[in-house]
Amino acid sequence: MPAPAAAGVRLLDVRDLAVSFRTPDGIVEAVRGLSFGLDPGRTLGLVGESGSGKSVATAALVGLAPGAQVTGLALYLGRDLLTLPAEELRAVRGRGVAMIFQSPMTSLHPLYPVGWQIVEMIRAHEPVPTRQARARAIELLGHVGIPRAERRVDDYPHQYSGGMLQRAMIAMAIALRPRILVADEPTTALDVSVQAQILRLLAGLQRELGMAMILITHDLGVAAETADEMLVMYAGRALEQATTPDLFARPSHPYTRALLRSRPRLDAAVARLTPVPGQPPSLIALPAGCPFRPRCAEAVERCAKTPPLVAIGGDEGHDAACWLVGEGTA
Amino acid sequence: MSAAAAPAAAPPDPLLVRVTGVVKEFATRSASPFRRERLQAVAGVSFGLRRGETLGLVGETGCGKSTLARCIVRLHELTAGELLFDGADLSRATQSELRPFRRRMQMVFQDPYGSLNPRRRVGSIIGDPFAIHDVAAGRERMRLVQVLMDLVGLNPEHYNRFPAEFSGGQRQRIAIARALALRPELVVCDEPVSALDVSIQAQILNLLVDLQRELGLTYLFISHDLAVVRHVSDRVAVMYLGRIVELAPAGLLYASARHPYTAALLAAVPAFEPGARSRRAPLVLAGDPPSPLEALRGCRFHARCPRAQARCRAEEPALESRVGDDPGHLTACHFPLADGEAPGPATGSGA
Repeated sequence: MPAPAAAGVRLLDVRDLAVSFRTPDGIVEAVRGLSFGLDPGRTLGLVGESGSGKSVATAALVGLAPGAQVTGLALYLGRDLLTLPAEELRAVRGRGVAMIFQSPMTSLHPLYPVGWQIVEMIRAHEPVPTRQARARAIELLGHVGIPRAERRVDDYPHQYSGGMLQRAMIAMAIALRPRILVADEPTTALDVSVQAQILRLLAGLQRELGMAMILITHDLGVAAETADEMLVMYAGRALEQATTPDLFARPSHPYTRALLRSRPRLDAAVARLTPVPGQPPSLIALPAGCPFRPRCAEAVERCAKTPPLVAIGGDEGHDAACWLVGEGTA
Repeated sequence: MSAAAAPAAAPPDPLLVRVTGVVKEFATRSASPFRRERLQAVAGVSFGLRRGETLGLVGETGCGKSTLARCIVRLHELTAGELLFDGADLSRATQSELRPFRRRMQMVFQDPYGSLNPRRRVGSIIGDPFAIHDVAAGRERMRLVQVLMDLVGLNPEHYNRFPAEFSGGQRQRIAIARALALRPELVVCDEPVSALDVSIQAQILNLLVDLQRELGLTYLFISHDLAVVRHVSDRVAVMYLGRIVELAPAGLLYASARHPYTAALLAAVPAFEPGARSRRAPLVLAGDPPSPLEALRGCRFHARCPRAQARCRAEEPALESRVGDDPGHLTACHFPLADGEAPGPATGSGA
């Protein structure tokens, strides 16, 4: 385990984060009561389906959720990001927390060369001459595996393949050597072959730069391979939190278990899949109690009261938000 | 027509679809107006689709799998080659000649948001095929639509709702109901669950399997998700740059892939196992697939293949059954892998 940044201070310490949006249809509670921590060199996997709040939670941390009502505490090296002045938050977004997004095709401006966009980003945060920033952009592109970077640096985004664009996005994200890299579905739009390359690249860079990473994904397989710890989200809440080996060895929340069961396997044929019944809930006027209750095969009367996220018996740091877990029933 | 749930008589040909040497080229814009560039998306593909089976079609983006599927249902004209559907030659058929066959072949697309008109009610979307083919109207059409909605697990009372009132999984059910309206024999599913949430995918996959059993459907199932393909397919074809490089019964393909490309693709899939990455064989598929615009000699995979030798650069391997293999296991490779061999350089004398 790498040592924390300073004695007693975690790199990132999020407590009781809540994010909501006012809409014409009512208040959308996108995230509720989310807490997690992050240390240098570690990877946290935020796993969930669409609408589970996994993306908006991290976006809200760095002030990228416009119109959102954000409460709670998000301590980055001891400073609360949620109350930081805009100017300081902007600095954190460059050197502290960098982000890469799912669709590299829409994250780069189509009318400017790739290299130019990296140069602008560097110069927005550091007072370096253009020539020097350009040399760094070329070096970065080469570093993330763009062949003949000194020539491709002047190409436009449409001249890159999807995998190369994602590499360019990663180059831009690591340009200022951030302490935390938030990767939001970084491989979802890519082929498995390219996905494997990108995950490998991220792991290599992480080792080299000592970055912490938050990997947001709906793919349990990707999370299993990449994350040290995992947090399973559903309808804006954390339902289970554990180290990755623990989570796969002892998936405890009925939702986690249902998700794992519903996936077809590559290494064995199954006669019939076991789907999770029903639909993910609407986040407007979410009923009280466990959000998974309407789809849960094991739900009992008590589930109408919201279960807290508590340690389950046995494993260190393995929490689940389910009344039945730890009672021997689940 | 509503009684014709199963194909009418026992047909002599066990193959519903036969494609032989199918080629599909597209004209592309090039720098000079005097030079016409051709992109060969499908470069000579031959295979048969058995009645009642599911044939999975896998490959990376741009390998031509969707183009091939569209050729088979004749949404594309073929540049060359032959297409037989239930014995009838549709290779050069005109639109009016195709019309009676259209109802026998249908497609389900990836994006249930883009494939349904948001301004029309679900009942009328599902009822379209009845209108287009003049099968039923008025109350009878409504009744048939509600039977279909029930069949795919939608509440028939939601007949008058708009697509926006349904979730992604329910929309895909609507698209499936529409595809099944005229009791087709062939359904081409192009990434039917890729846009859906993990917890919903299994619902739709189970539905497709149930409908196949109930209605005797034949599926061509396209996906980039190798686990999904394994689950639904009887046989699987792997495409690379417009060609089929391996075709085998699903179990055999996944347990003992012969083509280095197949093995490399399988190795790239994340396992549901923490820490699997570190134990995995070294990555084989570096870089992107070459562009289909580039002139290619020899095996199309040779530039990325760790086993490639001089012969692979000169001579294109044929898709055929290898000595000692199951006769249904076809591989297009000069130096195929042995059982359990990692997709590294060929050891020993090598064929």
